[in-house]
Amino acid sequence: MSSTTTKTTKSPAQGKVDYDPIIKELPEQQLIQWLRDMLLIREFEVRTMQSYQNKKIGGFCHVYIGQEAVAVGSFAALKPEDPVITAYRCHGQALARGIEPKYCMAEMYGKIGGCAKGKGGSMHLFDKSNNFFGGHGIVGAQVPVGAGLAFASKYIDEVINEGASTRVAMAFLGDGALNQGAFHEAMNLAGVLDLPLVVVCENNGYAMGTAIDRGTTRGDNISAKADGYGMEGFVVDGMDVLRVYADMKKIVDAARAECRPKFVDMRTYRYKGHSMSDPRKYRTKEEEQQYESQDPLDRLMMYLKATTSFSDEQYKTMNKDVRAEVKAAIKWAEQSPEPTPDEQLYHDVFVEEFGPYTGTSVPEMLEEWEKPDSQKS
Amino acid sequence: MTTTTREIEFRDALRDAMSEEMRRDKRVFLMGEEVAEYNGAYKVSKGMLDEFGPKRIIDTPISETGFAGLGIGAAMMDLRPIIEFMSWSFSLVAADQILNNAPKMLYMSGGQFGCPIVFRGNDGAGGQLGSTHSWCVEGLFSSVPGVKIAIPFDPYDAKGLLKTAIRDDDPVFFLESERLLSTKGSVPEEDYTVPFGKALIRRAGTDCTIVSFGRPLYFCLEAAEELAAEGIDCEVIDGRTIRPLDIDTIIESVKKTNYCVVVDQSWPFASVASEIAAQVHQYCFDDLDNHVHRVNSDDVPTPYAYALEQAYLPNTRKVCEAVRAVTYNA
Ligand SMILES: Cc1ncc(C[n+]2csc(CCOP(=O)(O)OP(=O)(O)O)c2C)c(N)n1
Ligand SMILES: [Mg+2]
Repeated sequence: MSSTTTKTTKSPAQGKVDYDPIIKELPEQQLIQWLRDMLLIREFEVRTMQSYQNKKIGGFCHVYIGQEAVAVGSFAALKPEDPVITAYRCHGQALARGIEPKYCMAEMYGKIGGCAKGKGGSMHLFDKSNNFFGGHGIVGAQVPVGAGLAFASKYIDEVINEGASTRVAMAFLGDGALNQGAFHEAMNLAGVLDLPLVVVCENNGYAMGTAIDRGTTRGDNISAKADGYGMEGFVVDGMDVLRVYADMKKIVDAARAECRPKFVDMRTYRYKGHSMSDPRKYRTKEEEQQYESQDPLDRLMMYLKATTSFSDEQYKTMNKDVRAEVKAAIKWAEQSPEPTPDEQLYHDVFVEEFGPYTGTSVPEMLEEWEKPDSQKS
Repeated sequence: MTTTTREIEFRDALRDAMSEEMRRDKRVFLMGEEVAEYNGAYKVSKGMLDEFGPKRIIDTPISETGFAGLGIGAAMMDLRPIIEFMSWSFSLVAADQILNNAPKMLYMSGGQFGCPIVFRGNDGAGGQLGSTHSWCVEGLFSSVPGVKIAIPFDPYDAKGLLKTAIRDDDPVFFLESERLLSTKGSVPEEDYTVPFGKALIRRAGTDCTIVSFGRPLYFCLEAAEELAAEGIDCEVIDGRTIRPLDIDTIIESVKKTNYCVVVDQSWPFASVASEIAAQVHQYCFDDLDNHVHRVNSDDVPTPYAYALEQAYLPNTRKVCEAVRAVTYNA
């Protein structure tokens, strides 16, 4: 993590590097879990692209490959009760937050077993049981809603429970979303209302085909924007999960303790096109290769090999395991029935039943979770 | 049971509804521009800061997108926000939040996250405020599924409908008229609510049905008196909520009167009036002795000059003319 004035992005880490001391204290099992979490996202997204090409998934679809360390490292710094919200590039975030892959995949397949019964789609994944507040399709619109999650967390703790504020909300946005009014209004509100909110800009350098410098002032160092809203800004290397975790842990802890907002310029890269129909003419192969050579999975792998007994054999097993998990998710999605218009078209529009509207109910994914503890199987 | 009542202003009724709900439910809070220290741009929230403190009565900067979105996030976490727009005219800069997020969250999340929020504020011409400040947003917003839209006419309904709005689990747009804020009416002392989707027959009659919402009901009731002297006995229906729309009460009335006029302050093209007219034509086709007549604002931007604005808005004369025209063959 560097201050708002220094430039970042060093050469890729080669095995052992001088990580923050808190990394050294982490149990090996934790690091292996993060590797698996990132691998799951990558494998999931590879299969997502295939399914899209096979026309099993419709609409707009944006994959997270290259950015895995951001979601995994950032969420590791949060507590389960902290609410999070993101934009439409949300599959990786949803998985990192703990949703089962099959519910994500079924959602993209437009099936009743999906996390939103097939009514949300790729850009609108939600998981209440993991405090994942979506998946939002309108660029920037989720940031004020994220401010509301921070506001409500604080309000519930202070006004309803008459205690001290304990939670932090995290809101993600892309670098292109920096230029939406919604972002600026939310930042200002978070500042004036003392909201415990960490705003994370997943700065992958491009908004569709617009490189950051073409659309954004101070594109070289967007963390400088934080100053204008009276909050601290940070630059974090989003291609290295250990750095993401170490930096985000401090940022999140500070936001929680101070009950104040923070802003993070999370430097990352999307390996694939913006969506499934992008030939990436606006950037060079060399640039892509340079980022791929600092791949977050490779970097963690190298660190594990250099500092623990983690072996290629173990990695192979992990890989096989993850593939099987994603394959099972696809199978589950394929077998899940389509939502029927008779049952679903007029369902979940209003909570109340009236006229043609049939009220609401939770998706299959939450049926067990919704039950009172005494009835859980 | 004897009911004790009080005479209060429309704005007091709104405040009483909010304060009483805030006393019974800690999840309710009020947020908006000038709602706290200034006591409300129109004094609706006068005194609420003193009673509830700055954690529940919250002044915001002039950031409609920001605080509308903030309210939506808070509602997703099951709080009960009341978000005040100084005027619904200013809600247009928050259109994405109020139209794309609030009404669709439950559907998009497959039933996971509802949005129990109330957006409220002044709607309609306030009097020579010109084109930008005189919006009747019901004409624009009522085509969006997922919201409920209430338009109160008197203090009794202002209080009862607002309480229903605050207790409702779905998003509600609550449209108040600045021109009604100082009008008076009696309300019961005890707790009561007015349900959504239940129209009120404000004047019973046999010859022509007049349907309206909010402030133009004044013109309708005045017109009904004038027309009664001419021998036309009008039934005036206050729809109270546009969504849900109590079309049944309207149908029942039209089946009796065989004539219908809809009076609606928004523009005529694709308006609330055109929707009601379409439904009446659909359900009462064989009962109608003429097509439904509509009284709307004129199809131009709201003018500033007094005479132009008066010419533009619905008024008693226009309602009388419409009723005479529709019943010419009676
Ligand atoms: C308000 C709005 N305008 C335009 C779009 C179309 N659009 C979708 S994603 C995108 C680019 C956003 O880039 P960025 O915020 O950097 O996120 P990334 O795709 O890099 O994750 C655009 C223009 C939209 N969804 N919403
Ligand atoms: Mg980007």
